[in-house]
Amino acid sequence: MRRSKTMEFGVGLFMIAGILGVIFLGLRVSGLTLSAPTQSFQLEANFANIGGLKPRARVTMAGVTVGRVESIELDTEWYDARVVLRLNSELEGQLSRDSTAAILTAGLLGEQYIGLSVGGDPETLAAGDTIRDTQSALVLEELIQQFVSNMASN
Amino acid sequence: MEALGRAGIFLAQSAIGVPSREGWRLWLQQMHFVGVLSLAIVLVSGLFIGMVLALQGYTLLVDFGAEQALGQMVALSLLRELAPVVAALLFAGRAGSALTAEIGLMKATEQLTSMEMIGVDPLRRVVAPRLWAGFVALPILTVGFSVVGIWGGYLVGVEWLGVFEGSYWSNMQSSVSFTNDVGNGMIKSAVFAVVVTWIAVFQGYDLIPTSEGISRATTRTVVYSSLAVLGLDFVLTAVMFGGL
Repeated sequence: MRRSKTMEFGVGLFMIAGILGVIFLGLRVSGLTLSAPTQSFQLEANFANIGGLKPRARVTMAGVTVGRVESIELDTEWYDARVVLRLNSELEGQLSRDSTAAILTAGLLGEQYIGLSVGGDPETLAAGDTIRDTQSALVLEELIQQFVSNMASN
Repeated sequence: MEALGRAGIFLAQSAIGVPSREGWRLWLQQMHFVGVLSLAIVLVSGLFIGMVLALQGYTLLVDFGAEQALGQMVALSLLRELAPVVAALLFAGRAGSALTAEIGLMKATEQLTSMEMIGVDPLRRVVAPRLWAGFVALPILTVGFSVVGIWGGYLVGVEWLGVFEGSYWSNMQSSVSFTNDVGNGMIKSAVFAVVVTWIAVFQGYDLIPTSEGISRATTRTVVYSSLAVLGLDFVLTAVMFGGL
């Protein structure tokens, strides 16, 4: 009976270790948060070329993460990319109508993210509005092509 | 082909059935044997594999100035591939072979036949607890493997090689998705658990009851389950991440 008790204890400990492991993988490794999802609102932005931008990419403002890319789809009316951004609700009604969105790259080989910068228009963007002034991703191949064709014409 | 058919019927007969109070206690006993006692080998291997990954990854990534991506590399390769596969291989060697030998010896010494004589179903009494213990234990062992491996990678990468701690964790967090990476790794390991335990227990139950038969069946358990794990891993990876 004594042995059976220590065995039960060992198995219990083993199961608890498994559950704790899953919690660790969830919180620390894949970055889930226990707190309720923060209030957010959506904005849209159309880009001529998104390069390597992916859903879940960061949206930053002055380097501070303020949201994530919710989805990316092709706009068949203009044949450009429509990117839906999900931003923290504290920015709702704070971004001026002429704010700009640019696709930037973290480091030379890093992942791509969106940088927002505020303009000067007193009118502000409401949820669901579209950011007009956008700057596409820097595609290295296009740059090289331009450089080579300039060299050739010179 | 016949063996596969027998194995299928065997699995269906022994895995189904409501566990009694007695069955619960037997399951606990097997859980202790296949799970808790395998913990040491699995955790130590996980630690070393995580450390080696970090070391190799660092020498490769530092050439591109991208050593911040170390955490991401260690975590993704562990969660998606290495933890389910290596834990299953170790499990086949550590627990699977022992299950085969144990059940095989029971058969050779006619314990199984005598159980039938006194009206105890050996499938429910001997086989079912072992099957279920294997099904539950391997996913838990896989989680332990990943956690210890990621910690080992942290130890080498951050403590010894001097990767910035914040970028180790934050790059990992931004690239690992709970459902896609952790979840798919768990699905893999659950599949491997069923396959490895099934092969081990069936080989033990189906062997020729001589000492030579037991040794052959034990070898077959390790060979078949390793091949099955590696083959299935390719198929599962192709379905989960390859976009097939």
